[in-house]
Amino acid sequence: MSRPLSGGPAQAPTPASAPATGWSRQQMADRVAQEFQDGWVVNLGIGIPTLCSNTDIGGREVTYHAENGVIGYGPVLPPGEEDLHLVNAGGQNVSLRPGASIVHHADSFAIIRSGRIDVTVLGAYEVSCRGDFANWKLAGAKGGTIGGAMDLAAGARRVFVILEHTQRNGAPRLVRDCALPVTARGVVTLACTNLGLFEPVGEGFRVRELAPGISLEAARAATGAPLLAG
Amino acid sequence: MAGRGKILGSFAEAVADMPDGAVIAFGGFAGPGTPYNLIRALLAQGAKDLTCVANTTGGAHQPRMPDVAMLVENRQVRKVICSFTAANRPTDVIPFTRYYEAGEVEAELVPQGTLAERLRAAGAGIPAFYTPTAVGTELAEGRETRVINGREYLLEYALPVDVALIRAWKADAAGNLVFRLAQRNFCPIMAMAAKLTIAEVEEEILPVGALDPDHIHLPGMFVQRMVKVPPPPEGLWTVRRVERAR
Repeated sequence: MSRPLSGGPAQAPTPASAPATGWSRQQMADRVAQEFQDGWVVNLGIGIPTLCSNTDIGGREVTYHAENGVIGYGPVLPPGEEDLHLVNAGGQNVSLRPGASIVHHADSFAIIRSGRIDVTVLGAYEVSCRGDFANWKLAGAKGGTIGGAMDLAAGARRVFVILEHTQRNGAPRLVRDCALPVTARGVVTLACTNLGLFEPVGEGFRVRELAPGISLEAARAATGAPLLAG
Repeated sequence: MAGRGKILGSFAEAVADMPDGAVIAFGGFAGPGTPYNLIRALLAQGAKDLTCVANTTGGAHQPRMPDVAMLVENRQVRKVICSFTAANRPTDVIPFTRYYEAGEVEAELVPQGTLAERLRAAGAGIPAFYTPTAVGTELAEGRETRVINGREYLLEYALPVDVALIRAWKADAAGNLVFRLAQRNFCPIMAMAAKLTIAEVEEEILPVGALDPDHIHLPGMFVQRMVKVPPPPEGLWTVRRVERAR
C-alpha cells in the first residue's frame, strides 16, 4: 500500500522505501490509521502509535482521546505556537480541534473502561496468536511502565498493536505465548509490524497484508507462531 | 462563605507543618497541573518517610523541574505509588530507577486508570471497587477477583491521602478552583481524596464571588490553602518539554 498524503506540522519526511525491511515507523502508523472508521474515538499510545495522528485518512473524521482527559486533540504544535497547558498522553504540546472538551483523570478512564474508545493503538514488545500482548515490563526489570495501557487494553472496544516484527537479535515478537509479563490477555485483534498486518486468530496469525517486497516465506521465518495465508 | 485565611504568602509557609510519614498526592501529568513550587518548598522543608502518590516520578524530560524523584534523591521518600516505575522508553533511565533498583525506596505500580479511580473512590466515600483492568496479569496474582455478569474483575481499594499538592489556573479566596486545559488531570480527584489540599495558583486570587459557580471545577470545600505563583524567575512555571538526548 502506498503511503497516503499527509499534512500537519509534525509530519516526518517520507522515508525511502526499503523493501528488505518493509514498512518504516511512519508507514506502519499510516497503515493502521487506514483502519480507522468515520466517527471513531481513538486513543494512541506513546511511540509509533502517536504517529497515526499525522496520517491523512481522507474524509473520515476521528476524535483523538488522551488519557489525561483531552478529548479531540489535533496536531503537535511547533515551538513558539504551543500552549503549555495542553499536552497529549505523550507530553507533546498539541492543538485542539473544534468541539474538543476536557475532563479530569477519573472521567477520562471512565470513558476508557466503559467502552467508549473504539480503538486503542499501543506499542508492544510481544503479541501472541491468542491476542495476549506484553508492553509494560522487560525481562529482569524491577520497574515497569504501565501508564494507561492496562486500562485501555481492558476497556477499549478494539486493541491494535504496532511493533517491529523481530527483536534486534532476530528473535520474533509475534509468538505463541508471551514470555514477558502480559498487559492483557486475548484482546489484540490486529498487529501491524514492519512486515505487514497480522490478525491473532488462536492457532496462529492470519496474514492480512504483507509490506511491499516481503514474501510470506520471509514473514514466516521471522514469526514465532504459525502464519496462516490470507 | 468561609475562606479567609486560605491564602498564604509563601510556599514555605504552606508546607511548613508537613509531618514525617505523610501520604502526599502530587497533581500533574507531563507538566500541566504539577505543583512545582510546592515540591520545591517541600524539598527545603525536609519532611521524611513520605509516601508519594503521583502518575510518574518525573525526570524524563529537560529542563528538569521539581518532581517526586527529587524528593527521593533528597532521601525524603519511603514509598511511591504511581503508574510508571521505569522510563517509557526502555533505553532511557529515569532518576527514580537508580534508587528503586538499589532498594532505597519502595514502589507500588498501579495502572493509571486504577490509580485515578482509587483516588476518586477515596474522595467519594467508596472503600473499594471492581475493575477489569489488570485481570490476567502479574498485578492480579494472588488477589481477589470476582466474576460479574460473566466477566472477571479485580478488587481494588480506595486510596485516601493526607495531603494533595496541586496547581490551578484561577481561584477565589474561598478556594474555588478553575483549571486550564490539560492542567486538570489528577488535581480535582487528588484534592477530594485528601484531608488537606494545598494549591498553587497561576492567576491573582480573586475575591469571593468573582468566579461563576457554573465554571468551578473544584469547590473550595476541598481546598484549604492557596499560594499565588509569582512571576518567573521567583515562581516556577511550565516550560516546553525537551526529550532527553538518546
